Amino acid sequence: MNSWLDRLRTRLNRLSGGDPMVALAPLIAALLALVAGAFILLALGKNPIEAYGAMLEGAFGSERNLFRTLTRATPLLLVAIGICIAFRGGMINIGAEGQLFVGAVSATAFSIGFADALPGWLLVILTLLIGFLAGAVWGAVPGVLKARFNVNEILSTVMMNEIAIQLLIFLLSGPMIDPAEVERGTRIPQSAPLPESVWMARLAPPSQIHVGVFIAIIAAAVVYVLLWRTTLGYRIRAVGQNRDASRYAGISVPFYLALSLTLSGGLAGLAGAVEVMGVSHRMVEGFAVGYGFSGIVVALFGRLHPIGSIPSAFLFGAMLVGADKMQRDLQVPSATIIALQGLIVIFVVSSDIWVRRRTARRLAQQAAPTISAAEAPASSH
Amino acid sequence: MELNIVEALRLAIQFATPYLLASLGEVFAQRSGVLNLGVEGMMLMGAFSAIFTVSSKGFGASPWVGLLVGMIVGGLMGLGMAIVSVTLQAEQGISGIGFTLFGLGLSSLLFKVLAGGVITASGFGPFPIPLLSDIPVLGDVFFRHNALVYIAFLLVPISVWVLNRTSWGLQIRAVGQNPAAADTMGVSVARVRYSTVILGGIMAGAAGASLSIALTPIFQENMTEGRGFIAVALVYFGSWSPWRVMWGALLFSIANNLQIWVQILNIQIGGADIPPNLLIMVPYVLTIVVLVFARQRARVEPAALTKPFERGEN
Repeated sequence: MNSWLDRLRTRLNRLSGGDPMVALAPLIAALLALVAGAFILLALGKNPIEAYGAMLEGAFGSERNLFRTLTRATPLLLVAIGICIAFRGGMINIGAEGQLFVGAVSATAFSIGFADALPGWLLVILTLLIGFLAGAVWGAVPGVLKARFNVNEILSTVMMNEIAIQLLIFLLSGPMIDPAEVERGTRIPQSAPLPESVWMARLAPPSQIHVGVFIAIIAAAVVYVLLWRTTLGYRIRAVGQNRDASRYAGISVPFYLALSLTLSGGLAGLAGAVEVMGVSHRMVEGFAVGYGFSGIVVALFGRLHPIGSIPSAFLFGAMLVGADKMQRDLQVPSATIIALQGLIVIFVVSSDIWVRRRTARRLAQQAAPTISAAEAPASSH
Repeated sequence: MELNIVEALRLAIQFATPYLLASLGEVFAQRSGVLNLGVEGMMLMGAFSAIFTVSSKGFGASPWVGLLVGMIVGGLMGLGMAIVSVTLQAEQGISGIGFTLFGLGLSSLLFKVLAGGVITASGFGPFPIPLLSDIPVLGDVFFRHNALVYIAFLLVPISVWVLNRTSWGLQIRAVGQNPAAADTMGVSVARVRYSTVILGGIMAGAAGASLSIALTPIFQENMTEGRGFIAVALVYFGSWSPWRVMWGALLFSIANNLQIWVQILNIQIGGADIPPNLLIMVPYVLTIVVLVFARQRARVEPAALTKPFERGEN
């Protein structure tokens, strides 16, 4: 009767190295963050139970809402699995926001430029590839600067975000502006629509959910295999855990530092391409704002594991959709979500000390009998 | 206001204030071994709470009270950062990003709920220094600022003195270089780091207040636009020395107002105006360039920077 519970327990055990509480730590941290958020809402004269209720209903209340959640979760997952690679490699990539923009804008320019020159299927594949490559370049810059000049990657990726934002506005209001906008004289900063051949198939119209959700899940599986089943991934993680030891083991540390941030940027760029091909079908100002930062929270919440990021992305996608409803029905600004995400990050990283101590205690307990067993024959003499 | 070189130089000094205040606070935190990347969020909270206090006529609408409230709010966030990074020994980079997101979200939330999305206030007015401000040219550039500008620049020598000549400063440097040794000498590593991170928060709050009630008497969501992160980068640029940080703050202030300089000097590319977005990009590109060159002075970096301290570990 309890077999599913047992199975869940073994599953959790494996994920957390034998301690189910460790796998639950992010969940506890998130609950604490929600409680803290409730007090803030209360102080502002908003009913937190109503607000969180509206959020839940907005995210899961109907089939349409569920589809919305999945649509939002798609770019979040792609960004998050990239963040997993970077953080596992010891590179704190805060630049997903900019990498995503650059990926999206490059994919847009490419697909419009080659719309008539290439067959549809090839155009789709190449557009996705261009998005990945552009994001990878945007990640490689801070990656190489870290590897070569030891430039703090947090600061450089934040700066790359700001540069990407300005670049985006510059391109959309000048070189890449929709010719129709110029003709009408309205000059709204947005690109021309992407050729229909690269639009992602919608799964359940009129909902916006599109096949990109499968691309994201497949990518998560690929990243899992990459990180845990290949030499390349092993080296990325080794460098992330201990640079000195990796150097002694003959691993080229600078190369893997740069590589992890480059791959991370590539996945953020892919997220941008998928989003523009699946949802908006053109680049507009304010495109996909915030996904880059939320993706970091998703990855941390998924304990920096690509498979753990799948439910995590779903949860945070739900949070974003729910926030819209909260804003509509209760006039609680959606900025609440940014504050909550900040609190979740703070609580999750703070819970690490507890996880570390618990693991250390468990290892000490496991080690104790072995030591006494080894000593036993010696003492019997 | 007529645009000329004198006015542009005056603005360069004036707009260095937020960088300078935030960076000086960060110098103290980093010298003690804590990298506080939450400065951006602390600035935003300081900026909103200061202008909100002044505009709602709290305590007589004095900008000084607004500044004080901004500093208290920044200090409270600094306390939070200290708990997380010192007591709970969390990864400093990521927790700083958490505080930045929290400050960004909460300041936007408060702005919409409490102020309805629009807020202005009459903040610090110009405070010309008698006699000195009458000197031609120099008086206009250096002595016709609001009070916060003078305070920020005075804090540079004061910071140098505190760091190098007081016992607290000695403790800060000891804790940042070799916490285990400082601990053996009876210095409480945690207490020193708490004090510097809270001070950093207070200064970030003041920097935010200088933006909202001294430079532009308005608040906008995310109005800091990365200045908090640039302030952290300036500490690397200034190799943890307040004087060098001051030059960095002036450099970035000019980079920030590049549009004015381009207009005055009539700079064009190929006979056309430079697109404004490319000019706005300059400070961010400059930050990356500066960080590359700052590496050469990496040997003066506090040895224990970003490393949590636990007794008996070393």
